[in-house]
Amino acid sequence: MFGAGIIVFRETLEAALFVGIIAASTRGLVNRSHTLSLGVALGALGSLLLASMMGQISEWAEGIGQEIVDAGILTIALAMLAWHCIWVSNNAQRMVQEARQIGSATAQGHQTLWALAIVVALSVLREGAETVLFVSGLMAGATMSTGELISSAIAGVALGIGAGWLVYAGLGFIKTSRLFEITNVLILLLAGSLASQIAKTANQADWISVFGEQAWDVSSLIPNDSVVAMVLHGILGFDVSPTQLQVIFYMVAICLIWIAARQMKLHYSVLGS
Amino acid sequence: MRHTSSKLLTIALAFTVTNFFAASTAVAADLELALVIKNHMFEPSELKVPANQRIKLNIQNLDKTAEEFESHSMKKEKVIPAGGRAVIFLGPLKPGSYEFIGEFNPKTAKGVVIAE
Repeated sequence: MFGAGIIVFRETLEAALFVGIIAASTRGLVNRSHTLSLGVALGALGSLLLASMMGQISEWAEGIGQEIVDAGILTIALAMLAWHCIWVSNNAQRMVQEARQIGSATAQGHQTLWALAIVVALSVLREGAETVLFVSGLMAGATMSTGELISSAIAGVALGIGAGWLVYAGLGFIKTSRLFEITNVLILLLAGSLASQIAKTANQADWISVFGEQAWDVSSLIPNDSVVAMVLHGILGFDVSPTQLQVIFYMVAICLIWIAARQMKLHYSVLGS
Repeated sequence: MRHTSSKLLTIALAFTVTNFFAASTAVAADLELALVIKNHMFEPSELKVPANQRIKLNIQNLDKTAEEFESHSMKKEKVIPAGGRAVIFLGPLKPGSYEFIGEFNPKTAKGVVIAE
């Protein structure tokens, strides 16, 4: 019973950390809670649908349908995060000013909020579908009573959400003037992490078979299954034992977004002067 | 003279390119292995594979519940639906042993890939 709760916790944790960071980064935006909650709800609904379709998806493209779906989800999420980073670097100052003056940023943040809500939905969708499959497997397995099953699943989800809330609350201690700088860095790292997961998917599906060797392996210090490893991965996108391709994707994504954000900023400052 | 050498170069290039593609298709025609999930266990639980070669792993899940194939050392993670099948590409692996588990039944579903 305890084991089942832990597995659910593990599946929930990463999405919850993700949502925690995104919620902190959008503090003060009008309709933030509604929009992000809608993202979570749609992601949860979608995960039921995705889980129910997994049998068919798996058969697509000679057995690599899941990678196609995964790569699609990850790419859209990455594009949204990239767009957010670029947007914020142009508007951070204004957001901070408005947040100070009237306690909330105006409709300016509307578009980026939607982009982030989509990211939240996709993150919940991905992790949620696995959780649904796991729990439905337990239900069919009949090794646990329904009561035990439901309580351990709820405990697992609650623990995961608790961890996400901790991150959100922790970031809440940061002054508004610095908050967006920090969350923007975190979101940039999350974008890198998504790119790294795309690399992993591409190797698994045989789209890219080069650079599959391990770049480093510190799993003897930080076991892959440990909460520390999961938190490092969930918050900083740090992988305990990545392949070379994952590291390349991570770096390239971060550099490209950073350069794009800088270019836009220069562009606008020239226009503005 | 210059003409001939450039012609020779073209032929040499074409030859290299053809060879390269021939080599990569030879690699693409991967070694295929089958893995079955039954009663929340992998069969066989030990897969011997040649090192430094790409391997196509065909996994079939005979159970009525989904399983997640997971290997940290090989960087793989994939759900195998109840009664379904899926393909995972492995390697090229350096000689050594690489553990994998079924994340949904980690106590029973264990296996190892041995590359030699």
